[in-house]
Amino acid sequence: MSEQEKKSTEIESEILLEKVREIEAAKEKAEHSDAQNLDRDNTAVILNEKRDLSEPLSDDEAKSEMSKRSRRGFLIGGATALVGIFGWRLLPDETKQNLLRRTFEFNERVSQVFYRPQRLAPEFPPELAGARVNGAEGLSGDFNLADWRLRVGGLMNRNEDLILTLDDIKALPRVEMTTELKCIEGWSVICNWTGARFSDFIAKYQPKTRSGSAPDVNNQPENLLPYVSLATPDEAYYVGWDMPSILHPQTLLAYKMNGQPLTMEHGAPLRLATATKYGIKQIKRIGRIEFTDERPADYWAERGYDWYSGH
Amino acid sequence: MAKQLEKKHPLAIRWLHWISFPLLTLMIWSGILIYWANAIYGVKIFGNELFHFFPAWFYETLGIPFRLAEGLQLHFFFMWFFLVNGIIYVLYLAFSGEWRAILPVPGSVKRAVLVTLHDLHIVKKLPAQGKYNDAQRIAYTGVILMGAASVVTGLAIYKPLQLSWLTNLLGGYEWARWEHFWLMILFVGFFIVHVAQVAIAGWSNFRSMITGYEAVDIETKIPESSLNEKEGVAV
Repeated sequence: MSEQEKKSTEIESEILLEKVREIEAAKEKAEHSDAQNLDRDNTAVILNEKRDLSEPLSDDEAKSEMSKRSRRGFLIGGATALVGIFGWRLLPDETKQNLLRRTFEFNERVSQVFYRPQRLAPEFPPELAGARVNGAEGLSGDFNLADWRLRVGGLMNRNEDLILTLDDIKALPRVEMTTELKCIEGWSVICNWTGARFSDFIAKYQPKTRSGSAPDVNNQPENLLPYVSLATPDEAYYVGWDMPSILHPQTLLAYKMNGQPLTMEHGAPLRLATATKYGIKQIKRIGRIEFTDERPADYWAERGYDWYSGH
Repeated sequence: MAKQLEKKHPLAIRWLHWISFPLLTLMIWSGILIYWANAIYGVKIFGNELFHFFPAWFYETLGIPFRLAEGLQLHFFFMWFFLVNGIIYVLYLAFSGEWRAILPVPGSVKRAVLVTLHDLHIVKKLPAQGKYNDAQRIAYTGVILMGAASVVTGLAIYKPLQLSWLTNLLGGYEWARWEHFWLMILFVGFFIVHVAQVAIAGWSNFRSMITGYEAVDIETKIPESSLNEKEGVAV
């Protein structure tokens, strides 16, 4: 082989080698981009999720390690479940009832922290108003509308009840509202109410105060006694109210519903109507109102419902 | 030298997961005790009711009628635990980085469809995935959102005056109650699919939600990117 031939062979093989390298590089590049494409199709890679793997173990080691962890896990889990189930079951009914009632009271305090009297419930056009009859507790048959009087206790400078007529209530500023009445059973109905704001009633008839000085509903509502108790004339139905809710502008002593005087089944002659609480609190046929320091008894609260029941 | 233990679920996730199970059950149970008092929803097509929630036999069998007060008591007791458990879960996901395992990305929808087709034995290939596939990501993120939506719709029903802006936003009181109800149905649907999938996935997968670990075969070549810096059996 001549010097010349040798050199050309060397050059040829170098060219060949170069070609091979190029092909390899292209292949690698293609593979790499394939992998990248694959990565772009894997949410785990996109979000940079990591795996957490132990050192390699033999099958037996892995098995015994997992058995150990299983035993522990199932024991702790099982024991916790049993404590939960039997703990609750073995709790005396009275303790449970207490706990649940206290939870209602806790929820009530939380509600009061966030309560703002200026917030109003939505009002609707009166033509959307309807009616639904529900609840006849306290509406006993032997009731004579003509003999009805409203008795009011817990007033300033007065030991006996004040006796009022419907005209006394009608003499207060007349307010109309169309709001959604919500039953604790889960249904609701839009009603149109006419009556006097309970806050106007308080301003006029002056209940006792905490400090003993004259009440000032607008500027010093916190000076009023904290509760109001309301009962039907036969005292078979009774509700307790917190003062902030009864002072709400959408709490009325209502004598008309959907433009007509209240019917017997809707609580004639005078009932509460409010957007602040469930229907159970909107007592019909009010016979007596009392301002008080003590949390009043409440018919449905005594039967397991939330005393506050406030929206 | 044939296996590795893979840490699948941190201790916090396992507790939060298992605690949420009885809590959700109790919320649904007490919710149905409440719902019974005004059981008005059904599935209607062109005005014909195909199914009413719920048939009489359902109430009779489970002893549901006339337990509204009890339902309210339980609902407004366990709601706190449900809420707190959910908040801790979300915070833990956010701060531990575990969100990377369950959050979907826009491409997840396409891959979730492929996963579903695979699970229905229509296509063979399963899309690439991490701990969870994209259908799981959508389901697990979805169920957290359902929990949040249940709290929000629940608040709108619970405080429709003080939170009237929220109740209005949800379409009013009656719509909020309807939404709250259907979220419950969605939870039940999630539960059924979840349990079925866990049953199909098998014991080792189920056990990992209790022990935290799953024994996996060593891969011939573990991609560099998927290896954690930390080695050794995490305890």
